[in-house]
Amino acid sequence: MYEHRKTLEGVYQPHKVVEHRKVAAVLSVLLMGLGQLYNRQYGKGIMLLIFSSLGIYTAVTRLPHAVWGIVTLGEKERHLEKVGKIYKQVMGDHSIFLLVEGLITIFLLVVFVWMYFLNIKDAYRTGKAREEGGATNTFVQSMKYVAEYRFPQIAISIPMLGILFFTIMPIIFMILLAFTNYTINNQPPAHLIDWQGFKTFKDIFAIKSWSHTLSSVALWTFAWALLTTLTSFIGGFAVALVVQRKEVRLKSFWRTLFILPYAIPAFVSTLILKNIFNGQFGPINQYLKMLGLPVVPWLSDPTMAKVTLVIVNFWLSFPVMMLMIIGILATIPSDMYEAADMDGASGFQKLRMITYPAVMFSMAPLLVMQFVGNINNFNLIFLLTGGKPGNSDFRFAGHTDILITWIYKLTIDQGQYNFASVIGIFIFIILSFFAVWSIRNTKAFKEEEVK
Amino acid sequence: MGGVKSKKIVSITSVYTFLIIVGIISIYPAIWVIMSSLRVGGSLFSESLIPRQVTFVHYKELFAKYDFGLWYLNSLKISVISTIFMTMLILLTGYIFSTFRFSGRKTLMSTLLVLGLFPSFMSMIAVYILLNMMNLLDTHLAVIIVYVAGSPVFFLFAKSYFDTIPKGLVEAARIDGANHLGVFFRIVAPLSTPMIVYMALLSFTGTFTDFIFARLVLSSTETKTLAVGLYDMITTNFSNDFTVFAAGCVLIAIPVTILFIIMQRFLVDGLTAGGEKG
Repeated sequence: MYEHRKTLEGVYQPHKVVEHRKVAAVLSVLLMGLGQLYNRQYGKGIMLLIFSSLGIYTAVTRLPHAVWGIVTLGEKERHLEKVGKIYKQVMGDHSIFLLVEGLITIFLLVVFVWMYFLNIKDAYRTGKAREEGGATNTFVQSMKYVAEYRFPQIAISIPMLGILFFTIMPIIFMILLAFTNYTINNQPPAHLIDWQGFKTFKDIFAIKSWSHTLSSVALWTFAWALLTTLTSFIGGFAVALVVQRKEVRLKSFWRTLFILPYAIPAFVSTLILKNIFNGQFGPINQYLKMLGLPVVPWLSDPTMAKVTLVIVNFWLSFPVMMLMIIGILATIPSDMYEAADMDGASGFQKLRMITYPAVMFSMAPLLVMQFVGNINNFNLIFLLTGGKPGNSDFRFAGHTDILITWIYKLTIDQGQYNFASVIGIFIFIILSFFAVWSIRNTKAFKEEEVK
Repeated sequence: MGGVKSKKIVSITSVYTFLIIVGIISIYPAIWVIMSSLRVGGSLFSESLIPRQVTFVHYKELFAKYDFGLWYLNSLKISVISTIFMTMLILLTGYIFSTFRFSGRKTLMSTLLVLGLFPSFMSMIAVYILLNMMNLLDTHLAVIIVYVAGSPVFFLFAKSYFDTIPKGLVEAARIDGANHLGVFFRIVAPLSTPMIVYMALLSFTGTFTDFIFARLVLSSTETKTLAVGLYDMITTNFSNDFTVFAAGCVLIAIPVTILFIIMQRFLVDGLTAGGEKG
């Protein structure tokens, strides 16, 4: 290596300065780590060389199979083969495993390529430093440099790797399923799965029962998200206003009492409320009977079931709203109210002109997030009604199913994986639109130059 | 003057009536389930709210008929380990996004936030296969890994809290020679206790009560968690065992509820910090 460099220097005698950066960069393009060796960073170079041979080994041995797997989703079906006189069952390709394994290989290689890119950049930079007469870092120095100046990049890559493999990869897998014919009637290992383009997307709009279900369920999902967000906001606001009134004693007692619905795990309290609203044996109908009133089909009537859901959601979510609004109320300077009193403002006017704008100012982005969260409020609907009462007009959905619970049924109960994926993609597009919009408008994102 | 006074009395009465009604609504399900768990017999229906005869037999049955004690330990184990790592990861992510400026930072932040909106079970099939390939199905490690790996998407709250910590403090410590992790543990973390407690509490309850993912991965009775056990209890043999189920609810809810009530101060601080920042 050293000799080689000497001759190079010999050739380019007229230029006093050797173009270290170019040589180093070119060498690292050839093989990760070479550039670092050239820059006399031996420890780092050897580490990178080992890493790159691992990466190249993976790429050579696994990439062709991964690409083949993703492109074809397997070629051999499970079949019977004649061995001697008897037929034996031979396992074919498992399309779903091929897809997931292929994705994992590709993701590993993406990480590798990214490292490769950084390696070239590093070699170039070190070479440049050498040209300018600077000393190169030793291994220990490089480690120190990394800990000091590359801390955020290194540290953020830890959570990012987890996200890459346990969130992004599965989501891409799910998106890809939408373009296949993967359903319970056509699933590995018995059958092979094929790519079928946008067929499922077309079907969901063209087949009447699917499109009808989709539009009805989507409509209810939006109504649900809107109703739940509004009721819990208004309710929480009202309770907060009352608790914070001057004449109320034992404020912290009341607050603790009202936090109960939030403190009890929602999973448990939803199951409890399901029984409380039980039409036949539940206590609420029992009390109604005792008062001589007609019983209410809380969970068995389509409309009432929706109302019950909104009521239960209100019970679960007003405490958080109350807590947040109490916090905001405490920040409103009292002299504003005093000034309003001087001007003879009524209580309602003060509420409308001072309290409400202050609360809205802080709460608006949170309300949007709440709305988005309610679109995906899976647990409540799944546990309370399970989408029931059933609706025979719908494809695999009940009256109270929202999109997300419908997807669950399609996936877990019905095995309509490709349809579930298509609906998942719809939700994702709508949600990310809302989310990005609201996030971009929040201070936490805009702020940046902080005090 | 008398008119003003009587008006005041009316307003105080209506305020307290309102508070009492909301209070009853808030506490009723808890009272009802506690009372149900003490009732003789197994049915959901009862003549009165307060049982005529009090019995603790359902609590005993919980441990005799089901592996309730084991489930409890499983849940505690999974939740405590996950909470520690989840909180660390969320804080780390939030801290980096709050303190450092590096290229691709905003893109990463938006990506994480959008990913956070994706309901986790939609990607379950792939995660299931991945865990199968790693030979981790039906182990607690699998559940912990998935909870922890997915947690950074909830970084925004931590980030907005860290944004409120004056940068001058951090810089001063850096000048004094502290490294990044030192600054974080000695300066930033102690200043963020309410938020950290809040994060830990949310992580704990989230993992303690998750039944969807845990049910998918943990199939045998020895690995079952409390939430899965309780859910199975009510979906399979609910009709004659309601009171036992109620007892189970009480035992699950008590630790979490007490935690929440004790941590109330942190809760209010944590929540409102998020509220003000938006």
